Amino acid sequence: MIQIVKKGETSKKKKILIHISALSFALLTASLFILIMGHSPLKVYLSMIQGAFGTSYRLSETIVKTIPLVITSLGIALAFRMKFWNIGAEGQIIMGAFGASWFALSYPHLPSWILLPLMALGGLIGGGLWALIPAFFRARFRTNETIFTLMLNYIALKWITYLQNGPWKDPGALGFPKIPNFHEHAVLPRLFGIHIGWLIALVLVALSALFINRTKKGYEIQVIGESENTARYAGINVPGTILTTIFLSGALCGLTGMIEASAINKTLSVEITGGVGYTAIITAWLANLKEPLIIVVSFLFAAMIQGSSYIQMAFQIPQSAAEILQGLILFFVLGSEFFIRYRIHIRRNPVKGVS
Amino acid sequence: MLASFLHAAVIAGTPLSFAILGEILTERAGKLNLGVEGLMLMGAVIGFKTALLTSNPFLALSGAALAGAAGALIFAFLTVTLRSNQVVTGLALTIFGTGFASFAGQGLAGFVVPEQVKSFFHPLPLPLLSRIPFLGDVLFNHSIFVYAGYFVVIAAYFYLYKTHFGLNLRAVGENTAAADAAGINITKYKFVHILAGGVLAGLGGAFLSLVYVPTWQDNITTGRGWIAVALVIFCKWNPIRIFIGAFLFGGLDIIGFRLQGLNIHISQYFFDMLPYIVTVLILIMMSVKDSKESSPPAELGRPYFREDK
Amino acid sequence: MSHTSPPSETLIKTKNLTKRFGRVLANDAINFKVKRGEIYALLGENGAGKSTLMNMLSGVYTPDEGEIRVHGKRVFFRSPEDSIRCGIGMIYQHFKLIEVMTALENIIIGHRENLFVTTPKIRRRVLEIARRYGLPLDPDKKVYDMSVGEKQTVEIMKVLYRGADILILDEPTAVLTPQEIKNLFAILRRMKEEGCGVIIITHKLHEVMEISDWVTVLRKGQNVGSVKTSETSYKQLADLMVGRSLDLSIEHVHIEEKTPVLEVRGLTLTDHEHVKKIDSVSFTLFSGEVLGVAGISGSGQKELCEALAGLYPVHAGKIFYKGENIVGLSSREIIDKGITMSFIPEDRLGMGLVASMDLTDNVILKDYYRSPGPFVDRKSAQEKTIKIIEDFNIQTPGPHHPVKLLSGGNIQKVLLGREIMSRPHLLITAYPTRGLDIASSYLIYDYINREKKKGTPILYVGEDLDVLLELCDRIMVLCDGKVTGVVDTDETTKETLGLLMAGETLESIERMNA
Repeated sequence: MIQIVKKGETSKKKKILIHISALSFALLTASLFILIMGHSPLKVYLSMIQGAFGTSYRLSETIVKTIPLVITSLGIALAFRMKFWNIGAEGQIIMGAFGASWFALSYPHLPSWILLPLMALGGLIGGGLWALIPAFFRARFRTNETIFTLMLNYIALKWITYLQNGPWKDPGALGFPKIPNFHEHAVLPRLFGIHIGWLIALVLVALSALFINRTKKGYEIQVIGESENTARYAGINVPGTILTTIFLSGALCGLTGMIEASAINKTLSVEITGGVGYTAIITAWLANLKEPLIIVVSFLFAAMIQGSSYIQMAFQIPQSAAEILQGLILFFVLGSEFFIRYRIHIRRNPVKGVS
Repeated sequence: MLASFLHAAVIAGTPLSFAILGEILTERAGKLNLGVEGLMLMGAVIGFKTALLTSNPFLALSGAALAGAAGALIFAFLTVTLRSNQVVTGLALTIFGTGFASFAGQGLAGFVVPEQVKSFFHPLPLPLLSRIPFLGDVLFNHSIFVYAGYFVVIAAYFYLYKTHFGLNLRAVGENTAAADAAGINITKYKFVHILAGGVLAGLGGAFLSLVYVPTWQDNITTGRGWIAVALVIFCKWNPIRIFIGAFLFGGLDIIGFRLQGLNIHISQYFFDMLPYIVTVLILIMMSVKDSKESSPPAELGRPYFREDK
Repeated sequence: MSHTSPPSETLIKTKNLTKRFGRVLANDAINFKVKRGEIYALLGENGAGKSTLMNMLSGVYTPDEGEIRVHGKRVFFRSPEDSIRCGIGMIYQHFKLIEVMTALENIIIGHRENLFVTTPKIRRRVLEIARRYGLPLDPDKKVYDMSVGEKQTVEIMKVLYRGADILILDEPTAVLTPQEIKNLFAILRRMKEEGCGVIIITHKLHEVMEISDWVTVLRKGQNVGSVKTSETSYKQLADLMVGRSLDLSIEHVHIEEKTPVLEVRGLTLTDHEHVKKIDSVSFTLFSGEVLGVAGISGSGQKELCEALAGLYPVHAGKIFYKGENIVGLSSREIIDKGITMSFIPEDRLGMGLVASMDLTDNVILKDYYRSPGPFVDRKSAQEKTIKIIEDFNIQTPGPHHPVKLLSGGNIQKVLLGREIMSRPHLLITAYPTRGLDIASSYLIYDYINREKKKGTPILYVGEDLDVLLELCDRIMVLCDGKVTGVVDTDETTKETLGLLMAGETLESIERMNA
């Protein structure tokens, strides 16, 4: 009979080995599909790599895609540490973009060095408050945060649609529902050819790591994430800490929104997130909520997205293939977690008995 | 006029009915499957493609059902056998399903469902019942797919509350340890009902691609899978309430458009938001009330491990 | 109850039944027999192996060695279902009922019959069984509306409906009122008459004497005696349960000067189901004394410790620390007063420990917030950790070793070291030496005595009566949330403690001795 027993601890080496095997299996399975489509998997993968890193332009595109993933993943990781399943990153990004845009559109003539920080503030508050709502209800009434945050995503989206078609509609767009472009004061400057978001992302990663690992609040978050009981035993204010942390989580996502609005779109629109809110959940989870890993995983994911948009032309393999690949990788990694946590015991019946 | 609106609401609500029912069964088994959107899309695209290939409505429906089942099987295997994180697995399924549907649906944009299939799903007024004033038109003058929706919901109600299997299922979702101690095969029940959930979600998607739209569009579900997950809560995990939930939200779906036609200019965007706002309010209300009868199955989202002490 | 009828059938017989968990021998070659029409009591302290034995009989655990025979046939259970099919019905202490369903529904789940559930036929069958065994049953009542006694009736009905003729009840009277206990015993007697075999697991001696025909006593995994109830006595049973006294040579320190530090008055604690976990408990703890707390696990020790630490809501009563009522203070405020509490639960993890962190991070759990500024002062924490490692002889590669990789004993030493290093004004410790080896245990006793010499009052909750008798000045015995007696260790015996733990009071013990 097969007995499944919880394992004590797996060495880091073994963990990495299991994850790499999972990745390999995913790629193998994807290769099968590529073969069925009539292409050589090797050529396709190589092409993807070229598409992601081949030229300095493509590399910078990859980096540009990495930035929102990193920052959003940081935010999501923070929430997930508390076992608060924040699926609402999309909405928090949107509301952050909204907050930032409000400043951008209301005070376009302020100089950049005042306007941009204000926009950042708008982003932080917009995203933070949007996350605080479900957090409050979860802390107070144990309301399910998964669905709540999800619904808020849609509400946020519809809100922007409303703005786009109504009060913020650009009169100069000739009837096309669109919010006016930002004044150049509201656009993030560039550093080494890529908008300064990359610097912000790196700083935030460092700050996050510092926060979680060195500060008292970070320590409390770790304890609460492990066990609320232990946290209470230690005298930690559990509900208060949860609320603060989730606010921060949303604030980070909101900042992503500000960056996307300011640097990429230079306006606010319903397409502002590009699905980052959902992808970042994957990257945060794959990175096991650890900050340095988040950069690596986000970068790889961005490369995959960039690479697959490149091979769209060359091989007629559409963007959706990247989603399928994402899904496959996830399935295999999720499945591989089992082998990290559990051990299989095959027990032979010690007594051969008649039932 | 009201009748025609309600008639349209019933149609709009039908894909939701299937999806909600599927998720109710899954959640009654204790698993939260966030992949419903992906499953609906998979069902929609396979159903559509099969219809194009075979022009046979039954094969098309079977294809959709199988596609949903396949996706659900992945979910069941990962979350039940391999005890993976339900939330992330469900999201992965949505991502996979969305990608799969996009991919499989390439080049299908603009194609129309073949005539044989279309006519099969033509509205079929029920004898006698459709003559009832007002209600007859609203409820009994629909495609056979819609009637199937009624049937499946009512059948599920009886299944859940009047049969042994339903009782056992509810036990599994409420107190897995008690169900296990009573000799119920937990794994079997979970698998069967998660798969059933997938079949129903797939069929819900097929309704969209074969009857409602009925050409192929990328992202044909427009988030209905997510609404379905939320509406499960609205329906308090009781199939019979699907009749209210699905058709209500079906109505909300189309009301903006209708009101515009009437020159009533309440912001259409407000109506767009309404389903989600209402869901949030329901969520809050239910957790505040904390009544025993309208609580989720107690084991929802928790993994079960027999020798865990 | 003997007639001149042929010897009644043996329903269950075990031979050399053995079960190990890792290195722990939970059941050691148990031989045990249950006959039709008789009530057997299974008596034993915590960890004696009662639950393990019952879990093997009910199919939850699989034996490592030995055999089980039911109705004369050798059986092998792979799951609870197999055991149920052989006619064994297990009634757990923690009910496995579905709150939102009715009694009738709970009784019939899992049972394969016809398709439809609420047929009149099924209903009639259930009511017929209830009538036959004299069980008061309202089939349509929802479980969440039921009293504890009613819930237990449903549990009993569940197994009877399956055709069980062997009933196993795990601590059935633990949560019942006296009236409900009377009802239960009436039901059990009825079952006897109907030809069932009944096993009750209990630690209450007077119940054993009242209801059972036979008593089997388990101690440390072994069957140390099976006697006919009519032929034994309280004293003999208590003796079997606790065993002979051992001389452990633990240093006993006598402090003359004693001032009251902690005064608990009429403390009552109820859980979320309104069951009283601690019932009107009053006691005083003096400086420089070790007050032991003895009792069967689940008698309220955990709740008492938590309440003293500000982690359990107080229903009624007062707790005076140095004259101030600390009821209602937050746990951090209580920590600030120098009251420290450490509780080692049965799984030795849980509260007090963050498994995913390293030693140092666990050491600072209760005082990290005292360092100035927003940062955690890990440097001085590291020094403190190193000192604890040395003083307590903890086997670890270093202060940054992940705590979940340490052996259980070492983890406990870290916890206790942390408490003692914080220079407590009042030390509350529960089961600090659970599972530790001898050398480490003595180290802990030494530390406790050292604290005692400093004048620190200590509340020591323990399982091992020999240790309590040698280490403590006085021992307070809890049974079902009540204090059954407070005795001076100089003037009491292990036997008396056993009786107190089993529900007897000092008065009734005196009467026994008279």
